[in-house]
Amino acid sequence: MRFERRDHPSRLLTVLAPIGAILAALVVAGLLIAIAGANPIRAYGLILKGAFGSRLGLSETLTRATPLILTGLAAAVAFRARLWNIGGEGQLYLGALAVPALGMLPIMASLPAPISIVLCLAVGAIAGMILLLIPLGLRLRFGVDEVVTTLLLNFVAVLFVSLMIEGAMKDPLAFGWPQSVPVPDSAILPKLMERTRLHAGLLIALAMSIAVWWLQARTVFGMRARAAGLNPRAAAFAGVPLGRTLIAVACLSGGLAGLAGAIEVMGVKGYVTTDLSPSYGYSGIVIAMLANLNPIGVIGAALFSAVMFVGADSMSRALSIPSYIADVTVALSLLTMLVAIFLAQYRIRR
Amino acid sequence: MTPVLELSGITKRFGHVTANEDVSLHLDKGEIVSLLGENGAGKTTLMSILFGHYTADEGTVRVEGQELPPGRSRAAIRAGVGMVHQHFALAPNLTVLENVMTGTEPLWKLRSDRAAGRRKLVDLSARFGLKVDPDARVSDLSVGECQRVEILKALYNDARILILDEPTAVLTAQEAESLFATLRQMTGEGLSLIFISHKLHEVMSASDRVVVLRRGKVVAERRTSDTTREELAELMVGRKVERPARPPATPGAVLLEGVDLHVRGKGGASLQGIGFKLRAGETLGIIGVSGNGQTTLAGLVSGLMAPDSGALLVKVQTVATHDVPHAIAAGIGRIPEDRNAEGTIGDMATWENAVLERIWSPDFSRRGVVRRAAARSATEDIIKGYDVRGATVDGRIRLLSGGNMQKLILGRVLEAGPDILVAAQPSRGLDEGAIAGVHERLLEARGRGAGVLLISEDLDEVIALSDNIRAIVNGRLSPAIPAERANAQLLGLMMAGDWSAAEAIEAENTHAL
Repeated sequence: MRFERRDHPSRLLTVLAPIGAILAALVVAGLLIAIAGANPIRAYGLILKGAFGSRLGLSETLTRATPLILTGLAAAVAFRARLWNIGGEGQLYLGALAVPALGMLPIMASLPAPISIVLCLAVGAIAGMILLLIPLGLRLRFGVDEVVTTLLLNFVAVLFVSLMIEGAMKDPLAFGWPQSVPVPDSAILPKLMERTRLHAGLLIALAMSIAVWWLQARTVFGMRARAAGLNPRAAAFAGVPLGRTLIAVACLSGGLAGLAGAIEVMGVKGYVTTDLSPSYGYSGIVIAMLANLNPIGVIGAALFSAVMFVGADSMSRALSIPSYIADVTVALSLLTMLVAIFLAQYRIRR
Repeated sequence: MTPVLELSGITKRFGHVTANEDVSLHLDKGEIVSLLGENGAGKTTLMSILFGHYTADEGTVRVEGQELPPGRSRAAIRAGVGMVHQHFALAPNLTVLENVMTGTEPLWKLRSDRAAGRRKLVDLSARFGLKVDPDARVSDLSVGECQRVEILKALYNDARILILDEPTAVLTAQEAESLFATLRQMTGEGLSLIFISHKLHEVMSASDRVVVLRRGKVVAERRTSDTTREELAELMVGRKVERPARPPATPGAVLLEGVDLHVRGKGGASLQGIGFKLRAGETLGIIGVSGNGQTTLAGLVSGLMAPDSGALLVKVQTVATHDVPHAIAAGIGRIPEDRNAEGTIGDMATWENAVLERIWSPDFSRRGVVRRAAARSATEDIIKGYDVRGATVDGRIRLLSGGNMQKLILGRVLEAGPDILVAAQPSRGLDEGAIAGVHERLLEARGRGAGVLLISEDLDEVIALSDNIRAIVNGRLSPAIPAERANAQLLGLMMAGDWSAAEAIEAENTHAL
């Protein structure tokens, strides 16, 4: 048996690949549910009902999808240019921490809300950028593998957050709980639905998806970034400034991850803790792969992931299945997606 | 006597493409058979089937009467078939001995028997006159030496049938001659050889028998003594092909000038103080053994690197900014040495490949946004005007054949109307028909007044296209000789670094002026 590269990977296959992958993941996870003693069909039904069946469920799903869209985009833009940014988690935390840090400036209290929000978002994005520019600089200057450095910086970033919220940025009114000073009131994102957690960050995330798609598909920068990723030598021959292009990609990728953190803290929590993110940064990698690095596809992949997590919570209350099944399913879908991408590009010959 | 190797009725299809159709051939003991054919004629496919990389749809392979199981390289090796690939499969960070021994010992064996391996290698090396140092690192070897290692590797596996896939593609004329001598010696020792090539003179001088493959079928078989180059050329291409002739030059102003250029090579040899002049309407051919600074010279003129000292003048102006956009804006058209690694991005669309190097120009982008309609219609024009077969504007460029890829590159370069054209190995790996097309375009550019800097290892090509010829040796340029005075012997001397004859000719010419 051998694999041959398809000359013309059809559009249909490219679209069907993620759907097939998700179905395959659901089938395998269904086996696990059956082993745990429940009916998989019923379990999936409850998951769907939990995620979409009520106003609260729907709002929770969309709230959950918001940071996932942004971290998914962060991974997708970087991977397109073959910049292996595994550091979305750390960038998200630094982006989040930057918001209350900015809020500690006295002037922030007197700013009108729109200006305050834009400033906070920008500062969050910049914090994420900086955290990715460090490993990129090491790669460009010394050839250090960014997979390792970005991954390890995640731990550094989270520990730094922990240091700050127990020290310089600790909220004196939090009864000793390790949490940061709150986000300034003027920077709290408006709600999209009354009495839910759903906030305007969703709109920002959707707008970012479209903006990133446009950047990649329509601009000189997007074309150069793709060229640099696919064949750096040929890109250099065609005059693509490799270093500068990668720096721009890193700013975009780190910025998006930082933005995810800023939005999460401005829209949901209001302050930073070290359990702000249930691995949104890492999930972003899975989502980018599921979306085949397509910025619009990221929206769908993020929704799938959010549905699984929110739905599994309510499902596990009804059945005696641990909600970990969501983690398992999403992780499985990454594996099946890798297989599906491969099969969409290669054919099997015997 | 049973032939040592017999392929009968081999058919192999890839989708709709039939790569081999009912191909039969046999090889006798102590014989050299050439497999001659253009690129895409199915030579490599056929040999891959023999060697077990592919499985034939129909047909059988017999070695000394024994049928080989299909799709098993290991069985082929055990039966005594060895293959020397066109692209070397050596690990650069290992020594010659380690490379040769790799794969010959079981993985679970705790200690590798270097001493026995060394004895065998040294013995083989002496017996066939293939001189190499067993302890040299492969990364330090020249291309010719690497090839010797490849051959030794096959011999080390006790190969009695050796397949050489375009073995001379990377060698100089002298190295090729010595390779042919080695091949003769091997047949004297009872080995049998298949020699794959599309170069007629090599086939004529190296082999006993020629099998001509065209579009996957055997179209003719000749004893070398009973045929001529002309007949083989016609058999191979299927029609008469003539390369275009070079009309007399009308050189104009100096367009490109190098003054005492020193460049530290990035991954190539350095340039150590070279000077040259290229005039309008003139072709300057640079010959040389690969690795003597050609890549660095092409890279410098192409805007990929800056000189450490000295000056490069384009149209009498010293180049201040050495980057690609400035080079292109100054009117330099660039045909890269390696179409696949440098000239194109395989997974990008044809139109993107056609405009990427000029994407910054207002023709193809406005305020950072790609003008897709303009880019696509320009690509459409190139595909039509340069007859890029099989290309669609949105199709991935990796699907094109080498010749058509080169046509697209020529198109994107020449449509910009360059005054200076740097063509590095423009016809490397192309077949006769495609070469004629490339030569025609280069002569056309020269005819409308462009200066062409032709860097090539193919002496016939350089003599046919150039007005003046220089050799590059160790990062230095020889004196220029007019193409009319060039012959294989003189060029060989120049490439070897013996410039006395060339100096005399140059002095004579300057004197005559």
